[in-house]
Amino acid sequence: MQHTITALVENKPGVLARVAGLFARRGFNIESLAVSITEDPSVSRMTIVVGGDDAVLEQITKQLNKLIDVIKVVDYKGIPIVERELALIKVNADAGVRSEIMQIVDIFRAKIIDVSEKTFTVEVTGSVDKINAIEKLLESYGIKEVVRTGRIAMMRGAKTP
Amino acid sequence: MKITGAQALVESLRREGVEVIFGFPGGVMLPIYDCLYDCKDIRHILVRHEQGAAHAADGYARATGRVGVCFATSGPGATNLVTGIATAYMDSIPIVAITGQVRTTALGKDSFQEADITGITMPITKHNFLVKNSKDVPEVVAEAFHIARTGRPGPVLIDMPMDVSLGVIDYKPVTNVDIPSYKPNTVGHPLQIKKAAKLIASAERPVIYAGGGVISSGASPELLELSERTNILVTTTLLGKGAFPETHPNSLGMLGMHGTAYANYAVAHCDLLIAIGARFDDRVTGKLDAFAQKAKVIHIDIDPAEIGKTVHVDVPIVGDCKLVLQDLLKYVEPRQPTSWNEQVMKWKAEYPLHYGENGLLPQYVIEKIWEVTNGEAVVATGVGQHQMWAAQFYKCKYPRQFLSSGGLGTMGFGFPAGIGAKVGRPNDIVFVIDGDGSFQMTLQELIVAVENKIAVKVAILNNQYLGMVRQWQELFWNRRYAGVDIAAQPDFVKLAEAYGAVGMRIEKKEQVVDALKKSLEYDDVPVIMDFHIEREENVFPMIPAGQSIEEMMVRRPK
Ligand SMILES: Cc1ncc(C[n+]2csc(CCOP(=O)(O)OP(=O)(O)O)c2C)c(N)n1
Repeated sequence: MQHTITALVENKPGVLARVAGLFARRGFNIESLAVSITEDPSVSRMTIVVGGDDAVLEQITKQLNKLIDVIKVVDYKGIPIVERELALIKVNADAGVRSEIMQIVDIFRAKIIDVSEKTFTVEVTGSVDKINAIEKLLESYGIKEVVRTGRIAMMRGAKTP
Repeated sequence: MKITGAQALVESLRREGVEVIFGFPGGVMLPIYDCLYDCKDIRHILVRHEQGAAHAADGYARATGRVGVCFATSGPGATNLVTGIATAYMDSIPIVAITGQVRTTALGKDSFQEADITGITMPITKHNFLVKNSKDVPEVVAEAFHIARTGRPGPVLIDMPMDVSLGVIDYKPVTNVDIPSYKPNTVGHPLQIKKAAKLIASAERPVIYAGGGVISSGASPELLELSERTNILVTTTLLGKGAFPETHPNSLGMLGMHGTAYANYAVAHCDLLIAIGARFDDRVTGKLDAFAQKAKVIHIDIDPAEIGKTVHVDVPIVGDCKLVLQDLLKYVEPRQPTSWNEQVMKWKAEYPLHYGENGLLPQYVIEKIWEVTNGEAVVATGVGQHQMWAAQFYKCKYPRQFLSSGGLGTMGFGFPAGIGAKVGRPNDIVFVIDGDGSFQMTLQELIVAVENKIAVKVAILNNQYLGMVRQWQELFWNRRYAGVDIAAQPDFVKLAEAYGAVGMRIEKKEQVVDALKKSLEYDDVPVIMDFHIEREENVFPMIPAGQSIEEMMVRRPK
């Protein structure tokens, strides 16, 4: 089971190491992790996608909360959220397949942001499923490199954690 | 006022009420040591190994309830603290460890005596700080003490680069600590507390299982009141020893692997287990799915992460044990002893702790230590068989009377912890009940006790084995005693004398009481008593690791 949780943390050196270390030593599995500052520059937000059942998740949230630099942890389970991920995909694009690829890119409302003689670099944002789907379609042309940001999430509506 | 970071550090410690520091210097600590030279309010005790400093600070904290403080230099000094910090962490003991560090400009460059001690201690501290700026010193110290002693207590480390110590700041004392991301919840939820009271009223076979949290929160009077009002019997963990007087008729002593048979029977058969400041450690529960199977569980703990970590809890109450018990007592009705009490008392009479008659036995020595000290001594232990015998036979009357490394099980803890305890409580008798193996791990601190006239009494229960490991080999590894024979050992009497301490060797039962009484006559020098006990005596009862009460051995299997 995958869960998305978000942790607001003090924007201080070492905080990422504390969080990563906690996951490693307690045997929790990070599927993806995205970190950035928030509207308040003294606070960073970590969006963490983790695997595990409810009991594991409960331990993760409680243990995270115990870290002194962690201000707040919210488990998004059961809360309506929008989730996005961004991926850059460098795909082989010989002359013969360029238009095919451009069609795929169109359908996924992605963008070609860099072109070379032999490759396209495609930028796509969306849900994890969407990114997986386009990645799968592009695979047949030969993917040279994929970079994904990891998931970020936000509650729907006016509410904030 | 313009002062250096080092002066700000020492001044901040003084303001925290620190009266003693256990430490060992080095190059990058010189600015700080130089301030100690002038500081009249803080006593510095120079240990002979930094592990000793950490354990002494820990023993001081356990015995007094105040925050213990230790100093070490960068690199090897800091890494030598690690075992002591981990010991304190596992047992939730408040200490503040201050380490020197290379200059901030040299950080991360593999400089001479650089060790990433904040990185190393991240998993074994409640929190740690690398101070990058001299002006942060007062705030960091205030936060460190606040974090160490509040909530679930624990060790905090402050790493002080040399240039941070030297830098000049405009010093203003910190009077108020506010860490927005750290607000421990101390008051239990009223609804949960009422629920707990209801469960207690309806339980037929309740048992209280009390741990170190009762001691750290000072909840012993409330626990006593709860047990006396309801006649609910009380068992404690190793760290909970003294949370409830073991001389009280409602006491069942310690539970778990080497707990009393009757405590373990009571827990196995109870229908309500009231866990207070305890964490269901595997040395307590054994096989989890067989532990307290018939019981509903009330769990009171300051640390939310402990609740539901290993066992299912019916009524969780997050809060300070003392405050929660005070609230709970508002709802709990008096209750007469029941047939359940009778049943447990029958077990108590049927399966008492017992030991043999012949030879010099460790249990006898401990009983005599109890008698000559009237059960009033502070007892620190090493780790091994002697620790378990001490737990079984030294019946504690008070909290902060029994100092032992429970969570980490650190051999070598006892002697330096005993020194720390005696420094914090100079008017109490401090006995270290040690193993010959454990004592040899930190005996270099003997000169510290002699030099500073710290009159601890060390009773070495000398079986010339790493006894607890030998016991496991005897019981589970076909008596193949690999790597446990430590008959090659110093003459502890001569050793004591070489250091300027008093040494005694005791080889016969008849000599025990006289030797112990004699030891009490020395109040300005440590006494080392080398008790040559039966080599292959075992600790019973024993529930083998990971097993259930069905597998309990009450004596040596034939
Ligand atoms: C630092 C450390 N190393 C190893 C162990 C494993 N260990 C647990 S008990 C024990 C034997 C202790 O021997 P001793 O101190 O002589 O006490 P005894 O069991 O004989 O009473 C050992 C080696 C430990 N707990 N701590």
